[in-house]
Amino acid sequence: MTSESPAVRAPALEMRGITKRYPGVVANDSIDLDVRPGEIHALLGENGAGKTTLMNILYGLARPDGGQILLDGAEVQLTGPTDAIKRGISMVHQHFMLVPVLSVAENIVLGDETMTAAFFLDRNKTHRQIVELGRRFGFEVDPETKVGSLSVGWQQRVEILKALYRDARILVLDEPTAVLTPQETEEIFEVLRRLAAEGHSIVFISHKLYEVLEIADRITVIRRGKVVGQRIPSETNEEDLAELMVGREVSLVVDRGESTPAGAALKVEGLAVKDDRGQEVVHGIDLDVRAGEILGIAGVAGNGQDEFIEAIVGLRKPAGGRVTLDGKDITGLATRNVYAAGVAYVPADRHRFGLVLSFSIADNLVLTSYYRKPYARGMLRNDAAIDRMAVERVKAFDIRTPSADAKAGTLSGGNQQKVVVAREFDRDLRLLVVDQPTRGLDVGSIEFIHRQVIAKRDAGTAILLVSAELDEVLELSDRVAVIYRGRLVAVRDGRTADKNEIGILMATGGREGVANGEGSAAPGGGGTAA
Amino acid sequence: MRGRLRRAWRILALPLISIVLSILVGSLVIIASEWLVTGELKPGLAIDAFTALVEGAVGSERAIINTLVSSVPLLLGGLAVGLAFKGGLFNIGVQGQFLMGVLGSVIVGVQLRESPAVIAIPLALAAGMLFGAVWGFIPGFLKATSGAHEVVTTIMLNLIALQVFAAAVNGPLTVQGSSSPITPDVGNAALPIIFGRNGHLGIIYAPLMAVLYGWLLFRTTRGFEIRIAGSSPDAARYAGMKPRRLIIWTMSVSGMLGGMAGATDLLGVSHQTASSYATTVGFDSIAVALLGRTSPIGIVLSALLFGALRTGSASMQIQAGVPAELTGVLQATILFFLVASPVVARLFRLKGARSGLEETTTFTSTYGGEATIR
Repeated sequence: MTSESPAVRAPALEMRGITKRYPGVVANDSIDLDVRPGEIHALLGENGAGKTTLMNILYGLARPDGGQILLDGAEVQLTGPTDAIKRGISMVHQHFMLVPVLSVAENIVLGDETMTAAFFLDRNKTHRQIVELGRRFGFEVDPETKVGSLSVGWQQRVEILKALYRDARILVLDEPTAVLTPQETEEIFEVLRRLAAEGHSIVFISHKLYEVLEIADRITVIRRGKVVGQRIPSETNEEDLAELMVGREVSLVVDRGESTPAGAALKVEGLAVKDDRGQEVVHGIDLDVRAGEILGIAGVAGNGQDEFIEAIVGLRKPAGGRVTLDGKDITGLATRNVYAAGVAYVPADRHRFGLVLSFSIADNLVLTSYYRKPYARGMLRNDAAIDRMAVERVKAFDIRTPSADAKAGTLSGGNQQKVVVAREFDRDLRLLVVDQPTRGLDVGSIEFIHRQVIAKRDAGTAILLVSAELDEVLELSDRVAVIYRGRLVAVRDGRTADKNEIGILMATGGREGVANGEGSAAPGGGGTAA
Repeated sequence: MRGRLRRAWRILALPLISIVLSILVGSLVIIASEWLVTGELKPGLAIDAFTALVEGAVGSERAIINTLVSSVPLLLGGLAVGLAFKGGLFNIGVQGQFLMGVLGSVIVGVQLRESPAVIAIPLALAAGMLFGAVWGFIPGFLKATSGAHEVVTTIMLNLIALQVFAAAVNGPLTVQGSSSPITPDVGNAALPIIFGRNGHLGIIYAPLMAVLYGWLLFRTTRGFEIRIAGSSPDAARYAGMKPRRLIIWTMSVSGMLGGMAGATDLLGVSHQTASSYATTVGFDSIAVALLGRTSPIGIVLSALLFGALRTGSASMQIQAGVPAELTGVLQATILFFLVASPVVARLFRLKGARSGLEETTTFTSTYGGEATIR
């Protein structure tokens, strides 16, 4: 505990030799981690590397089998989240733990005993505190706004405010940028830097390498439950970090090769779609996707891209317009008939749509084909054929599981997505619609999925890619279309597009009339700006 | 082999512990009520009571047949509730579907009481099943088209069924010239007795329905659709299934099984009915399905247990002087401990035991209009 150099302050948080065993696996194998006051410390690792276990231990959700946790140099035993919060440790989860129907202030106060002790909330006081707190860190927030009406970026700020309101000194952020636009990410980074400047310690969990390099003071990389290295951003680069993380060399830049697009496979003309509340959220989109090309749709979540895709695959009835595939009208067909026409769809939310987690891998592999030969004989399931196919695909797509009978919920995120990909890619396709195909996946799985998408493209499939990750869209797409408030505001060539320009288009819709940019000849695409 | 044993234990642990706990609670109730009434503390009475209960339920051939007969409607009703659970629906309406099944079979049965049994029995049974299916279709249709929750609509339909039943029996169905509201006997439409004095045909076909239930759910594509839609309506829609149609289908078939339970009870046991047809089969079926974890074997076993409790309660009252209603206490506490299974699992340090009732989450997750069906 003697600090060798007076310049180095005692760490605000120190985890020493943390070990946690679960039946069959050592999730954390004597992990050391120290975070200094005012430091942004990135924790980097693939899914399943043990980041979450370590943070659960820090948050009091799990007890370590060995090791110590020290706060300001004093050993503590954390008994649970309440205890952790009391000691100044707060966590901002990947999936926000906010109640959409409550106001910002109500969400922030929720569960805080000191405020509810008097039974009645002192609204004025809390509102004042929240506004002041926000100002201090560079954002203005209205405590009365309902959280459900806020953008994701703002919801995240509310989460952070919630932590600060509870006097958090150590803030753990679990993949905070996963759902943000580049601009929003920049803004949140600004907030984090201010927090650090005020002496807060931040643990930043991520697998986005360039972000980690940008924001962190130090980077600790863990792999298979062990610390495999610590780096300072100025002394490392993305390739080095990726190799540490995965344990082998990884190609970070997708080798998308040359595409040789043929004629338009998917033609969308004047498509208008309403959302669940009956509001029109897609206003007459025109778009072509050629066979053998990847068209990426960039846009901030909630600009109509979900409804647009759902209308194409038949999950939502279009309010107007036409969708044709190879000249055949598929407008308003039932989902199953759209699939039968040669369309596959990889949904964004694999837990809710793409998979049934309580069912076996084999069952999930036939989710969209169970009724067809050879998986069904009349009204009966052909279990032998299903099992044979499942075993084959588990092998072919390298799905890491003890058996095809294991439940999909037992797989890691990357392997879950492989199940979806194995199911949807493994047949002749005319059109492939992929929505956020790599959200929440680790570097190795992302590489795998990207390769599969490109292989599909090279096989002559038209691919419609939607992603909130602008980098992904730019890396994969032959053409990039930007969607803003239900309209396509620009189409650009994927190889020459300027990331900043696209980011601005995503955020503003290009009110200055940017639609006359370079871009390739966009059949039916560009220039429908608001 | 050990893995298999461990799996079996995980599935069985909570139901078994719930049963044991309910016996303990029942014993306490017996001893306490005896002490309150007579002022004497007789711990032995509990043992006497349970001995009488077991003897009365399985102590002789006649007892066993009685147990089987009272298990039959519980089994069919349990399958009705179980099927709905598998499809993500909470059918509380078996009570009403049961009554409609009784009504349907008595109407047709009385009409055909002179016809040959080979015609009368199937038609009377089918009528009961049809009436039940209609009573299941209504809430299914309402949910699929307007989102009205089946828990609310089936409870309402239970009350309506009760009144429709009473009106029909009091009015058009009453025996001509009879002073009390009671229907004529179903005559040839009665199920044949094949075991002992009262072991009717239902003892054969009810277990076959359990086999059919397992076959439907796990071997057919329709069963796959029901299970997927029950676990994740969103995934079902994504997969190109039609959750609305599945809801209607599942509720109709569930209601059909409930109607079959009623028809079987009427054609096999009472053969005629009064306007006040007192039964709790519909509600007990929910307990049967939950205790049996909606699995076909589980439902058979728990129907047998509940049937045995019903049968044994009489001899418990006669031999040990403990009121027959105690079996109601037992049933209720079994259910109570099952529903409280997270607490039970913790008390007994049952790591990895399958948390009691995934089925009850069906209710909590679909109630409150959260799940919009499209």
